Amino acid sequence: MPKLRYFGLVIAATAVLGCGSMAADHLDENQEFTYRLLDQFPSLDPQLNEDSAGFSVIRDLFEGLTTQDENGDLTPGVATDWSSVDGNRTWIFNLRKDAKWSNGDSVTAHDFVYAWRRAVDPETASSYSWYLEVGQIKNAGEIIAGDMPPDQLGVSALDDYRLQVQLSAPVPFFPSMTTYATLMPVHQATIERLGDEWTRPSHMVSNGAYVLQDLVLAEYHSRIKNPLYWDADNVIIEKVTGIIVNDDNTALTRYLAGEFDHLDGLPAGQYPNLKDKYPDQTFSMPLLCTYYYVINQSESGNPALDDVRVRQALSYAIDRDVIVNQVLKGGQRGAYSFTHWATSGFDMPDIGYATLSQAERDAKAKELIVEAGFGSNGDALELRLIYNTSESHKAIANVISQMWKEKLAVRVTLENFEWKTFLDKASNQDFDIARSGWCGDYNEASTFLQLVTSDNDFNDGKFTNARIDELMAKSATSEIDPQKAYSEVEQILADEMGLIPIYHYSQVFMKVPALKGWPLNNVENNWYSKNLYMAAP
Amino acid sequence: MFKGANLFLRSEKFLTFVSIPNRSLWRNARDRFFQNSAATGGLVALFLVVLFALFGPHIAAWNHEDIDWNLLGNVREQGAPSWQNGHYFGVDELGRDLFARTAQGTRISLMVGIVGAFIAVVVGTFYGACAGYVGGRVDGLMMRLVDILMSIPYMFVLILLLVMFGRSMLVLFIGIGLISWLDISRIARGQTLSIKKKEFVEAAAAMGVKPIIIILRHIFPNLMGVVIVYATLLVPSMIIYESFISFLGLGVQEPATSWGVLINDGASQMSYGTLWQLLFPLFFFVVTIFSFVFIGDGLRDALDPKDR
Amino acid sequence: MFQFILRRLLIALPTLFILIAATFLLMHLAPGGPFTTEKPLPDEVMANLEAKYGLDEPLARQFGTYLFDLVTDFDFGPSFVFKDLSVRDIILQGFPVTLTYGFWAFIVAISVGIPLGVAAAVHQNSWLDYLAVGVSIGAQVLPNFVMAPILVLIFTLWLGWLPGGGWQGGQIEYVIMPVIALSTSFMASVARMTRSSMLEILHSNFIRTARAKGLNGTSVIWRHALKPAMLPVISFLGPVFVAMITGSMIIDYYFGTGGIGQFFTNAALSRDYGVMMGVTILVGTLTILFTTVVDILYAWIDPRIRY
Repeated sequence: MPKLRYFGLVIAATAVLGCGSMAADHLDENQEFTYRLLDQFPSLDPQLNEDSAGFSVIRDLFEGLTTQDENGDLTPGVATDWSSVDGNRTWIFNLRKDAKWSNGDSVTAHDFVYAWRRAVDPETASSYSWYLEVGQIKNAGEIIAGDMPPDQLGVSALDDYRLQVQLSAPVPFFPSMTTYATLMPVHQATIERLGDEWTRPSHMVSNGAYVLQDLVLAEYHSRIKNPLYWDADNVIIEKVTGIIVNDDNTALTRYLAGEFDHLDGLPAGQYPNLKDKYPDQTFSMPLLCTYYYVINQSESGNPALDDVRVRQALSYAIDRDVIVNQVLKGGQRGAYSFTHWATSGFDMPDIGYATLSQAERDAKAKELIVEAGFGSNGDALELRLIYNTSESHKAIANVISQMWKEKLAVRVTLENFEWKTFLDKASNQDFDIARSGWCGDYNEASTFLQLVTSDNDFNDGKFTNARIDELMAKSATSEIDPQKAYSEVEQILADEMGLIPIYHYSQVFMKVPALKGWPLNNVENNWYSKNLYMAAP
Repeated sequence: MFKGANLFLRSEKFLTFVSIPNRSLWRNARDRFFQNSAATGGLVALFLVVLFALFGPHIAAWNHEDIDWNLLGNVREQGAPSWQNGHYFGVDELGRDLFARTAQGTRISLMVGIVGAFIAVVVGTFYGACAGYVGGRVDGLMMRLVDILMSIPYMFVLILLLVMFGRSMLVLFIGIGLISWLDISRIARGQTLSIKKKEFVEAAAAMGVKPIIIILRHIFPNLMGVVIVYATLLVPSMIIYESFISFLGLGVQEPATSWGVLINDGASQMSYGTLWQLLFPLFFFVVTIFSFVFIGDGLRDALDPKDR
Repeated sequence: MFQFILRRLLIALPTLFILIAATFLLMHLAPGGPFTTEKPLPDEVMANLEAKYGLDEPLARQFGTYLFDLVTDFDFGPSFVFKDLSVRDIILQGFPVTLTYGFWAFIVAISVGIPLGVAAAVHQNSWLDYLAVGVSIGAQVLPNFVMAPILVLIFTLWLGWLPGGGWQGGQIEYVIMPVIALSTSFMASVARMTRSSMLEILHSNFIRTARAKGLNGTSVIWRHALKPAMLPVISFLGPVFVAMITGSMIIDYYFGTGGIGQFFTNAALSRDYGVMMGVTILVGTLTILFTTVVDILYAWIDPRIRY
């Protein structure tokens, strides 16, 4: 089923306090870890990966220059240390000399150069090649466009163990970008020998804490400890198995029957009940994604939506507490800003309507809609709300349309489409209101706020505001204090109601009490099997 | 072989309609149908379900789309069927009245089941009978077309229908009808192949009766038994199939609903203490299917030209 | 007969060709493409992807290339979603799984359904009949999306007898629940078709004659009635077997068996053009194969039918 694709976020700098140490526990004799996957990941090729499920496996099989610890903080991976001398434009990474591929070869700087060139090579046609453009690696854009050969990429091996990266603009958080799959090394000889088949279990050569043992499409895969990994002595889990279960309810049944140690994706609305029954197994953490409704302000939308009062009324009339506490019930938070509240460094502005009570908001909404000439005594306002197939989108659309109907006398027609048709309709402005969600690509407010600039590809509602464009442009070049700019953008967004924020995501999951070392403070949910272990009962 | 008797019975029908009404074939069939207590029971039950569909929404205390805000969020604890708050069948996960929703869903599902199965049966039987009777190259061509239609990924057909014509009940019927007549055409053709070699058909053909008349008057009645049974098999699958189509966004759109959707929703919640959400819609579904099966069997027995 | 089979095989090729062409066209008409994602790809990235998969060429040319590779190399091309797999890999892995549980479900459906139907017909209006009818309707009204989770609930969570899903190369404990969930509704249909068709035959004159001549009941049923009674059931079985394979999506969805069934819907929904064409050709071939087999069986059972 189509769902919001959430992929690895790049941490800028989150400093959260650490927790837990394994010394206190006794280890179980059986160090096997089994978890549930919702869907088959499209690929285990680091450069071709495009989703979080694939990344969760690739993180174990391959190791980039840097990795994350249990708090999401940056720790050394293949690189032992890194530095920039010229204000974050040129980076030098020093590689450890004991890093090995699973076939015994040493991991060298050349492996990274090969992998990164491969990522931008038009022949590879990676759908994540833009990641290197976001990282401002020199010439990445030109190479992707086919205007330059891949060997012009701004990355080079000074010697076997020193990697130099040249950027076209300063990126202070560049090292943290190297935790992601796209920038992980791959083994050149294997790929050249086997082509597309190099990711098969028997063929794959990798440099992570684990090696791929088995993979059956749409059923399961397993990975076992890599004895050649440089830090193998500290890897406890011997074998990891990911089992694919599409249905959330069946997955929960199987978890309760003891088939998995960890379960991601609880059935909608079941979190409180499960938390009640299994308090030590059920968890909810913030997740850097925002759920919102797009308002079509282009010509194809209902002309009434060009009126800011109508947009405000629609937003005010939504009781977000009902949605997060009575419909979703999984620790989400009602949203009045587009940027997720847990975003690092983000200074939440005082958004007027966020501080009102719902009764006050309702009263205001009714006033506004009447002023605009609609409401129970005015013209009938008819809106088409589109959403893609999903239980929770359906529930939210139903609840919101009832709120609008009861409070504002707006008549809403719900239209559900399968994923690709939905995307087609949304990007062609064939709607009045469209459900949407956005997950940050990195842990900084601009990953959200870029979306509301006029020329952004994902601005499906065609909301435009000159001041926002100006602020975002200036903050990118650090002409003004970015965090102040972001606060002002949010303020304008709330006044103009360019889109309707609904809630900020959370991640709910279950794990058995014996499973320890889970990174409960990592807001990107990036876990590494090498940090986990099973405690003795 | 005395199958030829059928031919005479049929031509007699026209006479008897005028002169001796109490010996008419239909009258006989009706009498025999009502002697079958299972079939009569099925008819009564179906009638009650139809009444529920027609009047249920009017006697419900709630509208099928209104949310009971007091119950939203604590459906498991307080959403069970109750006379006090007017939710006779309890509420669904969103606090909407299940009585009103089941009644509204019954309307749609009955319509989809009956109309869909009817279209499928009529088109499929006629197509199959024609192919089988005409035979030869025409038969080959017609049945290869069925092969093709059967293998085309219907998901694309549904998606395209949706995109081109928007959402409506009509598209739903077309979508369902398009797919479901194929199987029945196969069966009808197979049966026709063996019927057309029988004496009464050959006799009619020898007498110069037009093929279309032979198909309608001699082949059709003999296909009836199989077709009716198949049609009663088709009704439940149509109803279930509709839930799948709705799931893709082609069928009924929220807040409207159907049995398939209600059963699907109820089933997904079944281990979380809200079993009524599954049981009420399932009950109506099951009763209706049993009714159709008994009525179908009764009709088959009553109409069977051989069985007298 | 030999000529008939030969003719059918020859005509299968143009049939498949039309099927491939029609699917190809429908597929490209559907909105969105394999690389349409929530976060729209930059134009250059999209262009690279389209070039890699040949989508930048005119449609007719793409179709020509596809057909050429298919005919000369038996190459179904790459999957557009599973980036490092070819369509052939996907079919070779998923199809045996589906075939295995589909085959057993088919066996269960007919080996329970036919005797049940015959027994019900022979003892029409007895308790056995009512029981058989009741059981078969009961099995039919429980949709498999209700049945599958109930099975997991009972056999995995409560009793702990069977694993809740997976395939593991087809070990018996992994096969049982998929087979039950897949076979019940078909079993019910087969039983009801058999019953009705059997009744029709039992009431026909040649059986009455045979009985009048003093042949005993069992021999009449098995020797004379069963064969003609199977005619409509057989024309039902052809599509059933194909439907078991295409309809196994629910099984793969709930039991995570890794079969090919899920790709019939998933490939369409994700616009995986390669996999979609592959499975369509697979289903088309199976359909043609089974209609041919059914036609041959028909001619064998009813010698009056000539082609």
